[in-house]
Formats: sequence, structure tokens, C-alpha cells
Amino acid sequence: MIPHVLNVVLFLPLIGAAAVMLARRSDSAARWTGVVFSLLTFVLSLELFFGYDANNPAMQFVEKVSWIPALNVSYHVGLDGISMLLVVLTTFITPIVLISSWSSITKNVPLYIAMMLILETAMIGVFSSLDIFLFYVFWEMILIPMYFIIGIWGGKNRIYATVKFFIYTMVGSLLMLIAIIWLGYYASTMPGGEFTTDITMLFDIAPTIPLGIQGWMFAAFALSFLIKVPAFPLHTWLPDAHVEAPTGGSVILAGVLLKMGTYGLIRFNLQLFPQASLEFASFLSVLGVVGIIYGALVSMVQKDVKKLVAYSSVSHMGFILLGLFGVTVTGLQGGLIQMVNHGLSTGALFLIVGMIYDRRHTRMIEEFGGLARQIPIFATFFMIVTLSSIGLPGLNGFVGEFLILLGSFQSDVLGSPWYVVFAASGVVFAAVYMLWMYQRVVFGVSRNPENEKLSDLSIREIGLLLPVVLFIVWIGVYPSTFLDKTESSVQRVVEKLEKVQRGEYLTTSVSEQ
Amino acid sequence: MIEIIFESIPSFWPEITLSLTFVISMIVEFIVGGKGKKSTGMTTGLIVLLGFTVTILQMPFQDLEPRLLFGTMITLDPFAAFFKYLIVAAGIIVIVFSMQSHEVRRQETVGEFFCFIAAMTFGMFLMAGASNLLMIYLSIELVSLSSYILAGFSKKLKRSGEAALKYVLFGGAASGVMLYGMSLLYGLTGALDIYSIQSTLAAGMVVDVHDWSFVVLMLSIIMILVGFGYKISAVPFHFWTPDVYEGAPVSVTAYLSVASKAAGFAVMVRFFYVAFFDSVLDLGKWGSLPLVDWNMIIALLSVLTMTLGNVVAIWQDNLKRMLAYSSIAHAGYIMMGLVVMSDLGLTAMLAYFVIYFFMNLGAFYIVMSVADRIGSEHIDDYRGLGKRAPVIGVGFSIFLVSLTGLPPLAGFIGKWMLFSAVIEAHYIWLAVIGVLNSAISLYYYARVFRNMYLREPLNGDESPITFSPLVIVITILFIIPNIIFGVYFGPLISYAQRSVELFLQ
Repeated sequence: MIPHVLNVVLFLPLIGAAAVMLARRSDSAARWTGVVFSLLTFVLSLELFFGYDANNPAMQFVEKVSWIPALNVSYHVGLDGISMLLVVLTTFITPIVLISSWSSITKNVPLYIAMMLILETAMIGVFSSLDIFLFYVFWEMILIPMYFIIGIWGGKNRIYATVKFFIYTMVGSLLMLIAIIWLGYYASTMPGGEFTTDITMLFDIAPTIPLGIQGWMFAAFALSFLIKVPAFPLHTWLPDAHVEAPTGGSVILAGVLLKMGTYGLIRFNLQLFPQASLEFASFLSVLGVVGIIYGALVSMVQKDVKKLVAYSSVSHMGFILLGLFGVTVTGLQGGLIQMVNHGLSTGALFLIVGMIYDRRHTRMIEEFGGLARQIPIFATFFMIVTLSSIGLPGLNGFVGEFLILLGSFQSDVLGSPWYVVFAASGVVFAAVYMLWMYQRVVFGVSRNPENEKLSDLSIREIGLLLPVVLFIVWIGVYPSTFLDKTESSVQRVVEKLEKVQRGEYLTTSVSEQ
Repeated sequence: MIEIIFESIPSFWPEITLSLTFVISMIVEFIVGGKGKKSTGMTTGLIVLLGFTVTILQMPFQDLEPRLLFGTMITLDPFAAFFKYLIVAAGIIVIVFSMQSHEVRRQETVGEFFCFIAAMTFGMFLMAGASNLLMIYLSIELVSLSSYILAGFSKKLKRSGEAALKYVLFGGAASGVMLYGMSLLYGLTGALDIYSIQSTLAAGMVVDVHDWSFVVLMLSIIMILVGFGYKISAVPFHFWTPDVYEGAPVSVTAYLSVASKAAGFAVMVRFFYVAFFDSVLDLGKWGSLPLVDWNMIIALLSVLTMTLGNVVAIWQDNLKRMLAYSSIAHAGYIMMGLVVMSDLGLTAMLAYFVIYFFMNLGAFYIVMSVADRIGSEHIDDYRGLGKRAPVIGVGFSIFLVSLTGLPPLAGFIGKWMLFSAVIEAHYIWLAVIGVLNSAISLYYYARVFRNMYLREPLNGDESPITFSPLVIVITILFIIPNIIFGVYFGPLISYAQRSVELFLQ
């Protein structure tokens, strides 16, 4: 056991960022510093995974220090199964991102590495905060590094994309800020209560808020998270951001940042506002299903591979949304594992698109063709990842989607099989657009002579994809390694909601109404 | 009578020091100064700086037990002291700015410039404590007259002259209206000091709701509000602000936007907090003014002010003018604290002023230094600045992000406090408008760092721009509080709370 391991994991990347900026002697020194710090963070975070007691649904690795007594705000972090898994996903993806940009980022390298490491601290902070004030600080801290990553190292239209990303997320998160303060004051109106932002206390207080107010707070939180997810119809910033972002930025965006939205929905919306969650569940599930189908249909007509992958994210994130708001253990577990899956598969797809872009400086499907003969290793990895994204049995995507569909089917809250019927059509669409794209890019005849000069993956690139593929297969074959860790935490969330649904969760407001 | 004066003098030393500073610097300027002797101008500046330093050193030794000085003219309480610290600290910083500023140093009459800064500071000290209609009026006039001169200080610049003239005309009209309002209030209540006005109104003897006297009372309050609104540049009394802020030397603009606004808020809070507080029937704030929802009126003013400031700022390409509109918007945010009229609201206002002090002065300082160096305040000339002058670029970004109100910088804490105050009082809609405004403000602040970092320089010139070490040091000195108050703001809030608790009612 390492003492205060969560603190170390949380702040080590930040220290790394400072080290990179202070020792900005050469680009390669910055790269190595970044990789060493992020790998060290990953190794330490394994302690979080293996040291996590799956039978204990309570928060673990808890650290609490009073921060601002005047506002009753404290530095309070801790993990349950849900957040632990996402923290490890973050620490896993960050070194991959840093290594992937080894040769593609040449401008202002130390700043890029530093921004990525700051981003890592902020992301881990978002997942591990147990105080909403702290959570909000980390949540907003994401904006600035992301702004620069897209804005400085991005593509042609990067400025438009950054502004759109910035304004969208800012509007959402500011409305959430109001709800946070409102919630804090609501706590102070309880008998003997005081202003608080501590989530563990709010978990007990918030569900007693009358439904009228709870609905507004739920909406404010949900808006912020749905923008981040992004759920239809709030998704329009995502394709722009993805297309303009450098490969590393896209991987982080798809791999971790989008999960902050779904994580927020579980941690805050479902747990703080159970009654409102039940009220809004079918609405949000419909949004999820619409997202699944809409994302898939739009993906089908894309000419740019990266844009196709971006829209496929909208579709996949729709599945997660459906899984969460079916409010069953199966569905939530599926949603959770699907968050990890999407991080791995879509992250890997963006890496692959980046690799081919580095070679050909284009991402247009029509430019490629016949790559299987030229660069077989590339084609093989591309195949595995594509199949994982489609949800082929034996690979990770299948586990997540199956659990989600099963969970929604069993769901009493949704109470209708139609959600599953429509959502399942998304699986079919996914096979169509992914395989069609794969076929046009990799098989057939080359449509551009330049394709014949392509070199296959380097050792570094294989080294990047191999660990991802390992987990893609692992989760596909034996998901219990991960599902077991999260089960008790998920059960606790669902039990609370079920109690509310049965009317057992007696609250002051319910008896008043 | 004379005893009262003698009794009050020991509590009046900071103000006496300031007025002595003004007189001595004026005399020195007359004796040794003159046309073409710029070096003596700097001497005058140093005298004023010394005077300010002595003032700020005297203040911690003052007994802040709330009490009245010179009869009922001036109130001395921690609330007033809080603003006085802010004002004199801003004064010191502005003198330091001005001594570096080419815009100011190039003038032949630079000595007089510093004299008037001293006069203005003295006036603002009086404003912070003024509790008598006469004193309120006189102190506001003292500040206004000095600032008219300072605004038009760059005599050879057309925009400076235009600014001063507009300022005089608007100021004259506004203070005329306010004076008329005050005379109506005096006519109704027969009292000049706000404590007597409060007791007279609360007793309910002079004003009858079913009578013309009530209409007159409402009219007088609206007229007085015009005067205050002009001072804090609240919409719709803001029209002078952009022109004056653009035309005046940057250091003066910085002083007007921070200190003069703070003093305006101080006197406004004291007037409204005391005069219309109903202690007899226990109707609370605004208790003496039934029928009209004054909170709503101030809330509407606040919404108008922040929205107009932010929306118009989007279109500004001159950074000084952009910061002028942004400071109008910030006045709107600060007014949210006044809307709720609670201790939390006042605490939030005070905390916001301290934070605003650091972020706004920092931003103006950068604009001034860059203008001195490259001769432009235009946003396009900031292209590529992030690479050409890294410390300046990082500093400016931090001030702007802080002004936007993003964590983990100080501006976020300011906004958090203000939103807390309005949400506690259940003005959720006001908080929603406030945050939407923050989102708008993000757009135009981001335009600046977009130009600094994401765009290539205008004519491909990527050579570094060097700034003197002094500029770098001052920039870093402004960056530090913006970060510290963002992550460790407990003491700031406790200090603001203490200053509000002992407000003399």
C-alpha cells in the first residue's frame, strides 16, 4: 500500500507539467519527461485498481482536508468502483496519447506536453472529487488546456472549433454552477443544516428536495453533462472539435472527456436527484436512442474518416445514455463498461486515423483503397478495432452493448421494449458504416498512386496499439475482471432509485406533498 | 461645535494626510515646477506617493469602532475603512503606473497630474464614509472635478479632449439631478444626515402613501439614484464611460474603473442601506419605501448594466474600449450584491472589489505597457504576442480568464460569492442571467487570447518584444494574487465579513 495514493495519482501529472515547463531545454527532453510522468502515474494508479475492495460499496482511498472553512468547502476526494475504473482509464490513455504525438507534434512541444498533463490532473480530479466545489474547479480546468490543444495544434478551421467548444461547454457548466450553489443553500435550510458542497452529505439531503425544485436542478446538471456527452441535439460541437483537434486531442476527447458527461449523470443526476431522474428517465433514454440512430445515419454519409469516427461517437454515447437511464444494474454496468470500451475503441480508431493522416496528409475515404496489401499490420489492427467498435462477440463492444440492451429490456422505469428495438437497429447501422468504410479504405484497388509508397506501422506505433487491443480482447472475453469491481457501487445507485420508485424512500417533501 | 471638530480630528488623520499631500504637492509644483521641467513633475509624483504611503501606514492604527465624525458628516466604520484601503492602494499603483507611462510622462504638466490624483483620492476617502447629503454631494463633486481634469490630460489628443468634455457635460447633468433629488429629500424630511432621514421616514410622520408627498419621495430617490448610477456607470447612465475610458490616459482609466467605481458603490450602499431601513416597524431593508419593489428596480439595472456592457464589448477592437465596456459589465455583476441587501450580498461585493482590483488593474497595466511599447491598443496588434512576449501574454491571459470567472483563478471566487448571495435570496433568475453574461464575456475575452496565441502576427513579424524587467515584475506581482485568491480565499472572505458586520446602521 502506498500512502495517500490517490493524492499522488491526482497531482503527479501536474508536477510533471511544471517539470516540463521548467526544463524546456529540448523537445525530446520534454517528451521523455511527459512520458515518464504519465507512465509513473499509470503504474501508481494500478494500486487504485488492485487495492480497491470490490465488496465495499463505500468510497475508498478517501482524503479530506478542510479548504475554505468560511464556505464549508473541503478538499475531499475518494473513489468508488465507478470512478476508480474511469481514473484508471484516464491514466492508461494519457501515456498513449503522449507517445502517439511523438513525431506528429513538432511545434511548441513542451507546452503541448504540459497541457496534456494538466488535462490529466483535471480529468482525474473530476472523477475523484467528493466535493462539488472541487469538482467544479476541476471541471472548468479542462477548458483551458483543451482550448489550447485544439487551438494551437489543430487543423485549418481550429479557431472556429475552439470557440464553439468553449462557448458550448461554458454555457452548460455555468448553469450547473447555479444549481450547485442552490443545492448548497438548500442544505442550509435543513434542520441543523449548513451550507455544504460535500457530495457524501448531499447524497442524503438532495433527494429530499421537492420535485419541482429538484427538476430544475436536475435539468441544470443534465444540460451541462449532456453537452459534454454529447447527446443529440447538443452534439454539434463534437464533430468540429474532433476534426480540427490534433490526434492526441481527439483521443483524449473521445477517450476520457466525453465520459465526464456520462460519469456526471451517474454521480450527480442519478444519485442526487433520484425522483427527477425517474421523471426524466424516458425522455433522456429517447435522446439516447435518437442519438444512436442519428449518429449512425450521419456516419454513413461521411467522406472524411475522422468525421465518421466522430459521429460514430455520438451513436455510441447514445447507447451509454440509454444504459444509464434504464436504471437497472445490468444496464448501468453495461453503460459503465461501454464507457471504457468507447474510450479504448474510439481512442484507437482516432490513433489509427492519425497514423494514416501522418503518412498521407489526408483523411478522405476516396483517397485510399488497397491498403491491405501495402501495409498489412496497419490493416490488421484497423480490423480488430473496427470490429470492436461494431460490437462483434468476443470483443469488448459486444459486452457493453449487450448488457445495455438487456438492461433496458428488463427496465421497469422505461417499461417498453421499443427502446431496445430502435437501439438495436443502431448496432446494424454501425456494422454498415464501419465495415463499408473499412472496405473502401483497406480493400479494393488503390485510388491514388501515393498509397503504394506507404510504410507500415513502426515499432512505436505497434507498441501504442498493442495494449489497447489487449484490453479490447480482455474485456470481450472476460469482462468480469472489471464488472466485479464496479458491481457493488452500481448496485448501491440502483437500490436507491428503486427505493424511491417504490415510494420507500420517505422524505419530508414526499410526505408534505 | 468647535469641540466636535477637535474630537473628530484624531480619527481623521488619513484624510488630513491626503489633503496635506495635495496642498504640498501643489505648492512644490508651483515653486519649482514650470514649463519644460519634466523632472520636477516626477518629484511631485514622488511626494504624492510618499503621502499615500504615509496614509496607508496610518490606517491600521485607526480605531474602527463605528462612530460619526464632525457631527454627522462622516461615518467611520470597518466598511468605510475597507474601501479606503482599496482606494489608496489603487492610488499607489496608479502613481507607479503613471510614472512609467509614456502617455503621461510626455506631458509638460505631468506634476499637476499627480496633484489631481491626490485630490481625487482625498475625495474618494470622503465618499467612502459620507453620511450626510452635503458631504455626499461635496465628495462626489471633488472626485468628479479632479477626474474631469485627469480624463482630458493628454491635451494634444483629440479623443482626450472629447472625453473630458463629454465627462463634464454628463457629470454636470447627473450631479445637478442628484442635487435636486437631495433637496427634495431634505424638503420632505428636514434632515441632511442619513441617520435622521432614516428615523424621520421610519416614524412615518412626513410621508403619506396616499399623498403627493409619496410621489415626491419616490422622485427624489430616483434622482439620487441617477447621480450614483452615473458614478458607478450603471446603464442607462453609462454613456460617458466608453469615451472617457478610451480618451483618458490608461492609468487614469484604470483608476476610474477600480477606485472611483468602488467609492461610488460605497456611498450608494451606505445611503440606501441606512436611509430607508425601517427600524421602527421592522419592515427591514427598503422598509420606509413601500409599494415599489426597489430590489427589482436595482436587479433590472444590474441586468441591463451587465448585459449591455458585455454585448457591446463583443464588437470592440480597441482593447481600452473593450475593457471599458467590460468594466460596465462588472459594475452590473457587483450590483447583484446590492440587490439582495443582505450581509452576504455586501460581503460578496467587498470580496469582488478586492479581486476586481487585481484582475482589472492587471489587465489595464498590460494594455498600457503594450501601448507604450508598440504604440497601439488595437486587438490585431496583439496577434502572436503570446510568443513574442511570453510573460506579458501569460499575464494578460490570466487576468482575462480571471475576469471571465473561470476557476481556479480569483475571478471565479468573486462570481461564486455574488451568485451565492443572489441564490440565497432566491433570485435564481438573476443568477441565470449573470452566468449567461459570463458566457458572453468569455467570447470577447477569448478573442484577445485567441489573437495572442492562436493567430499568426499581422505582418509575419515574430521577433520578440522585450519589456523592461520592472514591467515583468509588476505583471508577476499582479498574477500572484489572481492565483492565490483563486485557491485560498478564506481570509479574504472573513475580512470582508468582518467589515460588513460592523456596518453602522
